[in-house]
Amino acid sequence: MDAIILQILNGLDKGSAYALIALGLTLIFGTLGVVNFAHGALFMIGAFCAVTVQRLLTLSYETVDPTRTDFLGNPMKVKTPYIESWFGPEVGASIIEWSVPLAILFAIPVMLLIGYAMERGLIKHFYKRPHADQILVTFGLAIVLQELIKHYYGANPIQTPAPDAFRGSFDFGQLLGFDPNVIIYPYWRLVYFGFAAIIIAAVFSFLQFTTFGMVVRAGMADRETVGLLGIDIDKRFTIMFGLAAAVAGLAGVMYAPINAPNYHMGMDFLVLSFVVVVVGGMGSLPGAVLAGFLLGILESFASMNEVKTILPGIDQIIIYLVAIVVLLTRPRGLMGRKGVMEE
Amino acid sequence: MSNKDISRRGVLKTGAVAGAGVALPTIFTASQASAFTNEPTGSSVTLGFNVPQTGPYADEGADELRAYQLAVEHLNGEGDGGMLNTFSSKALKGNGILGKKVEYVTGDTQTKSDAARASAKSMIEKDGAIMITGGSSSGVAVAVQALCQEAGVIFMAGLTHSNDTTGKDKKANGFRHFFDAYMSGAALAPVLAKLYGPDRKAYHLTADYTWGWTQQESIAAATEAQGWETVNNVLTPLASTDFSSYIAPVLNSGADVLVLNHYGGNMVNSLTNAVQFGLRDKQVNGKNFEIVVPLYSRLMAKGAGENVKGIFGSTNWHWSLQDDGSKAFVQSFGTKYGFPPSQAAHTCYVQTLLYADAVERGGSFNPCSVVEALEGDDSSLPGISSDANKGFLFDGLGNGPTLYRSADHQCFKDVLVVKGKDNPESEFDLLEVVEITPTAQVWYEPDNPMFAGGNLGTCNPGA
Repeated sequence: MDAIILQILNGLDKGSAYALIALGLTLIFGTLGVVNFAHGALFMIGAFCAVTVQRLLTLSYETVDPTRTDFLGNPMKVKTPYIESWFGPEVGASIIEWSVPLAILFAIPVMLLIGYAMERGLIKHFYKRPHADQILVTFGLAIVLQELIKHYYGANPIQTPAPDAFRGSFDFGQLLGFDPNVIIYPYWRLVYFGFAAIIIAAVFSFLQFTTFGMVVRAGMADRETVGLLGIDIDKRFTIMFGLAAAVAGLAGVMYAPINAPNYHMGMDFLVLSFVVVVVGGMGSLPGAVLAGFLLGILESFASMNEVKTILPGIDQIIIYLVAIVVLLTRPRGLMGRKGVMEE
Repeated sequence: MSNKDISRRGVLKTGAVAGAGVALPTIFTASQASAFTNEPTGSSVTLGFNVPQTGPYADEGADELRAYQLAVEHLNGEGDGGMLNTFSSKALKGNGILGKKVEYVTGDTQTKSDAARASAKSMIEKDGAIMITGGSSSGVAVAVQALCQEAGVIFMAGLTHSNDTTGKDKKANGFRHFFDAYMSGAALAPVLAKLYGPDRKAYHLTADYTWGWTQQESIAAATEAQGWETVNNVLTPLASTDFSSYIAPVLNSGADVLVLNHYGGNMVNSLTNAVQFGLRDKQVNGKNFEIVVPLYSRLMAKGAGENVKGIFGSTNWHWSLQDDGSKAFVQSFGTKYGFPPSQAAHTCYVQTLLYADAVERGGSFNPCSVVEALEGDDSSLPGISSDANKGFLFDGLGNGPTLYRSADHQCFKDVLVVKGKDNPESEFDLLEVVEITPTAQVWYEPDNPMFAGGNLGTCNPGA
């Protein structure tokens, strides 16, 4: 029982990342009709926003400590972050420690801007081209973006730890009446789940309860009619692209403490998120979220030892297996709308 | 057990292999008149450095390339000479190899077997490389080694730790200086047993490919010999990024040690996840829960950050070693690049020198002459009584007296047991050498079951 609860928690956590990326993919697909293969790269850039903020906060000056020597036997150069000399060592250190939450503030404008530039600079030229062209150009863009990141940050993963307050684990089992230390779950992963829930709720409320959102939804349903009513729907869709980029970016920032960011983390998530979108139903926002959590949980269960003993290797194919079954039984996906990609 | 019956399938198989054998040499016959593939005729000789320049091990590849460039400088008589001054063999004079200036070409393995083979093939066919070296993965090493054997060039392996490289996949034209998974187990297990006690239950997470399997087998066997019990071994897909669903079952498995048979990004993520799940603060069976990472690399330790503190593993070489060879290498590398070399850089630098030295001693670039020189004059390591203790014995390249064993082309030398340093003094000061395990303790016979099934064959000079 404890193993099952743990895997449900794991699944919800994995599902949060899938759902956030798939949500952005669906937003872009639903509004602009573009299958954005660079979306994983936006998630990766988000994680590197956290790395960048950490680097900015730890910008240091060097002093020579004559009492110690470096690996070559020369006097050792000691680095002190500027921020520690400005605010004192204690305050400085705690500001650095909180670099990931601070990175959220940094990532929102940066990601909106990157999303806007991507759409205006490249993707808008491909609206009237076939889907295959769109896939090729966005996939190419993803490779360019990840190579750029690798050029500046290297190929090795870079640790961006969560603040000390969120390290360690929460004893979930005790809440449910289990013995202590049976079901423990890392604090930051719980934070990630909560954060994802808030972002998803915010996106849905924005689309549901604001005039802007209403127009966007109308545009998603019938772009031409909304245009004929004199509304500049293209501009709004560009903003939605920026918003989708920001959602992927925030998913990336918060993911940075879970697994150290590296330049190809976007690709690792992209294919899975794309499967999530297909399973949820192309163009369906609730479908993307539902499928994200569903596949996250299924993937976690599939990697349990008990399951792997019966079906070796199932953890590697479960997501694709589910996708095949869903597509065979419900070709539009779990919550797909009629008419999407069917003309 | 052998089956000598002639079957239709057997005939077809043999025919196909023979056909491929007949067809293959024509691919590599650029110069028909030469006695061997890519015989250098001008005033220079070209070496092929095949390293991961893109992909997840690109940082390691970059460090290998730095080491190769340094080795070329030293061979050509530039710079401070590095380990040329400490190497026990004095055949190298700093005037290139056999008087020919050393030049090099580079290829990108991308840490993919097919890409690595393609780049090695291109360096051999188009650039006339006489020797191929480098790499940061056992999958790549095994693939490129087989290609070099077919092509008739020497392969000096870079970082490859699978038992198979000089075990079931060994080749006469291939040589490995780096240590292997068996040696890691033999060095690490006694230290772990002493430290954590003989009554331990180990849970293994293992990367699902050749290196992971051989390392798991080696570590499990070595720790079980010390009294440990292996309670579970779970294979994880190489493409995994989040290991939480593999770590969670460890919590209540009854195990009190987690062995991570992971390397590179896998290792960084699985270790980070294990620490996040509080495994290091856990008490099981009345003991502190422990994590072990059998194969350590400083570059990976950097990626794992704080999480490596106090965690034990093994490594081929470390820049803090105080022998003359290591000091000379760290001095030249550090002066040129501003930071200490990694173990990958060390093994690649040493392999280049060993190759050049073998050519000088043999008096020819012919691969068969190089093989003969590297197989040595039947000198042997002191203190090990074994018929297989024969080969080329050298010293002064770090790790103390080292034997290139003629039976399988594997180097035998001291192995380092290291642990993540608790209070690092600088960004390079991440690992601390806990024990230098003597060669005798990591020695094995060539017919050890973990290495069985292969055949070295004979050297192939190609053309």
